[in-house]
Amino acid sequence: MLEIRSLSVGYGERRVLHNLNLDLPSGQILGVIGPNGAGKSTLIRTLSGILTPQTGQVRVAGRALVQLSHAERARLIAVVPQATHLPPAFTAWETVLMGRTPYLNWLGQTSAHDEEIVRQAMLHTDTLELADRRVGELSGGEQQRLLLARALAQAAPLLLMDEPTAHLDLQYQFSLLDQIRDLVTEGKLAVLIVLHDLNLVARYADQVALLVKGKLRALGTPRQVLTPDLLSQAYHTPLEVLFLGHSGQPFVMPPVK
Amino acid sequence: MKTLTRPYLVSLLLLLGALLLSVAVGSVFIPPATLFNLLLQGFSGHMPSTGESQSLATILFALRIPRTLLMALTGAALAGSGAAYQGLFRNPLADPYLIGVASGAGLGAVLAMSVRWPYSTLGLMAVPLAAFVGSVVTVFVVYELARVGRIVPTTNLILAGVAVSSFATAATSFLMINTTGELRRALVWILGGSTMSGWQPVLAMLPYVALGLGTLLTMGHALNVLQFGDEQAQQLGLPVPRMRLLIIVAASLTTAAAVSFTGVIGFVGLIIPHLVRLLWSSDYRHLLPLSLISGAAFLLAADVLARSLMAPQEIPVGIITALAGAPFFLWVLRRVKQQHLW
Repeated sequence: MLEIRSLSVGYGERRVLHNLNLDLPSGQILGVIGPNGAGKSTLIRTLSGILTPQTGQVRVAGRALVQLSHAERARLIAVVPQATHLPPAFTAWETVLMGRTPYLNWLGQTSAHDEEIVRQAMLHTDTLELADRRVGELSGGEQQRLLLARALAQAAPLLLMDEPTAHLDLQYQFSLLDQIRDLVTEGKLAVLIVLHDLNLVARYADQVALLVKGKLRALGTPRQVLTPDLLSQAYHTPLEVLFLGHSGQPFVMPPVK
Repeated sequence: MKTLTRPYLVSLLLLLGALLLSVAVGSVFIPPATLFNLLLQGFSGHMPSTGESQSLATILFALRIPRTLLMALTGAALAGSGAAYQGLFRNPLADPYLIGVASGAGLGAVLAMSVRWPYSTLGLMAVPLAAFVGSVVTVFVVYELARVGRIVPTTNLILAGVAVSSFATAATSFLMINTTGELRRALVWILGGSTMSGWQPVLAMLPYVALGLGTLLTMGHALNVLQFGDEQAQQLGLPVPRMRLLIIVAASLTTAAAVSFTGVIGFVGLIIPHLVRLLWSSDYRHLLPLSLISGAAFLLAADVLARSLMAPQEIPVGIITALAGAPFFLWVLRRVKQQHLW
């Protein structure tokens, strides 16, 4: 689904991502981790068309990213940003309907088909009952689920998520990621998710990419990447990894005193 | 989406009322029956040729109707572009003059006023033409100053607009002080009101306003998507830089045309969109047309007051719009106790 080859991105003269190579097939969740300034958000902004690659190639569903028009790209890649500063006057329904933009004409005319997709997206994210409420009245968790619904309404095979759990209460963090897990298993979705919480990554990701200062330091399963050596080096602090449950899910924490 | 027939009905009825009021009221009041007859006669081509009917017909067709259309177009232009600017800048304080249209027009107009033009068609149109050129050049300068490569950051645009506007206004004030005799004329022009009568200003303004407003009316959906920020809008598939440029050009063109012929009328562009949001909708596909209609109705009503309050003297309509409009807006604000309009 997503193929990244020798990708380098920067702002003017300052290079932020160096020579990245990555593959993400359908039906998988790739967790991107790394300390601040590693280039995680830059990666998302490059993949979603905000920044242009300086060198290298990105292919989505077999098509070269730079050759896509804005609308074509938006039909292949949907972004779930953090739920901050959403326009408060729109209703939940209208907000999710914005996800259909890449399929609509200049005037934004929607059809029954568009409305059905929006309905399904809101059903899948438990937001349908919020449909007529104004976004300004909703909680952070509800707003974040709305943004997920909006991305689902785009019906794109690749989902990019930039710290979607950042301001959420614990129960909403888990329920959001559970929903994503279900959607990935059901449909032909590929998800690239930037997360700060290493234990959420350990629990939900199939693959993990560790970015340090713009370089891909490690790529593999959670057990392969979430090792004490790699993590302590990347985060400049001693870290230990325990293995929990019968699946041996990694759990990262500072050394026990 | 809830149906919005009622707002359109209400606003169109108000506009119709304002149009009729505007053609009927003046130094000579034309009663409804006479008005109706004259309009019928005019449209069927049989103009009265003698007596009182003829003079009334002249007043109606040569003065009142063009004046009414001028004010209606201006009100629509200001409110429509005000709504577009508020959407583009995602700022409730934005008005059509934010990026230099008014200050540029003022400078152009005052420059033209300091020259003694011959009494010809070109001479009469010199001031509006100069104002229009002043507007367009100013917006262009602001845009180029704010541009960073291909992108025009919103903050840069606002800052450049404020700076250039201040400069232009200062230059205008300097010119006004130094050209004796023309000071009052310049002041009256700047405060807003029609100094030209007849069909010329309407016909001159019409193509630009029609083109500009027509374009803006198709940008409702784009403006909705832009409310999520440039980044999210682009990620949703909107070609953001192109859309922003189109909106700036269309809104500035519309405002420049209006300001060139009716001076700088304040308050309408800022407040009418907010009124529409309070009462009816924040969806730009409806906010734009409703602002257009309401703006036209509002300015027509203000102009009627401006012409009749101290008849035969005309108060600059820009004074009336704020004096009458502000209390009305505050009353609506207090009544419609609603949050989350932005």
